[in-house]
Amino acid sequence: MIAHSIFFYTFSLIAIFSAIMVVASKNTVHSVFFLILDFISISCLFIMIGAEFLGMIMLIVYVGAVAVLFLFVVMMLNVAQQKNQWFESTSDNTHIPIGLLISVVIFFELVIVVGGWKHKPDLSSSMSIEINQNVTNTHLIGNILYTDYIHLFQLSGMILLVAMIGAIVLTYRKRSGIKRQSYLSQISREKTESVSLVNVKSNQGVKINE
Amino acid sequence: MNEITLTHYLILGAIIFTIGVVGIFLNRKNIIVILMSIELILLAVNINLVSFSIFLNDISGQIFALFILTVAAAEAAIGLAIIVVYYRNTGNIHVEEIDSLKG
Repeated sequence: MIAHSIFFYTFSLIAIFSAIMVVASKNTVHSVFFLILDFISISCLFIMIGAEFLGMIMLIVYVGAVAVLFLFVVMMLNVAQQKNQWFESTSDNTHIPIGLLISVVIFFELVIVVGGWKHKPDLSSSMSIEINQNVTNTHLIGNILYTDYIHLFQLSGMILLVAMIGAIVLTYRKRSGIKRQSYLSQISREKTESVSLVNVKSNQGVKINE
Repeated sequence: MNEITLTHYLILGAIIFTIGVVGIFLNRKNIIVILMSIELILLAVNINLVSFSIFLNDISGQIFALFILTVAAAEAAIGLAIIVVYYRNTGNIHVEEIDSLKG
């Protein structure tokens, strides 16, 4: 149990520190790096408390795909260097105290809800899908995901498809002056318009492209 | 040190959620950092769902967290595509200069 506490505090302190650095660092590339660190420490927490499939998926999806996507966009758009502080506006800074006040209120509301939260003692009996300790986490998630939640699973696949098509459609642009393959004209070529028979006279040859 | 309970994880989720909200409220420079703050908020929600799932001994929370992961990935892709298109049209993505809607 003492090791559990030590690991929890280590990972959560790293996670909180890197979350602060994500919003506070001036360089956007550094923010992306701290975002990666945040994801990694939270997925370590997930693996530690027994949700190992979700931890690994978070490593793959967030660190491997989302954060790298952010890094690509940041480096592509050339917005890495900011000249002055991230929270200073050019006109006035009245948003800072109000924003901080509302954030503190939100935090204390969350803490009050969490601190006063108690679940009914017979809550476990009303639940349908209990975690079976004899089966691995991945096996259990697969058992539930492909049976009870199959429609939601397919719907989330549809969401990913729509997002992919949307991203492609948004960023696609036609440029002039670029040679492209035209598949339609390639496959619709016919013999009559591409091959012609020429009578070649003796000792004269034939001129092509005349 | 005490034993780590559900409340510890919920407080961690609340702290990360609040940091994400602060990032959205106070950011006046860079819209990509706002997208990253939204990722932080979704991460905090995932922490809550997974810790409830583990401590209440119910697998459904992890499945919901999986769906949130899907939606977060889709949202990041679409948001970054919109930012790229906006940058291509106007040449900057400073939050203060994005005011063509006059909101």
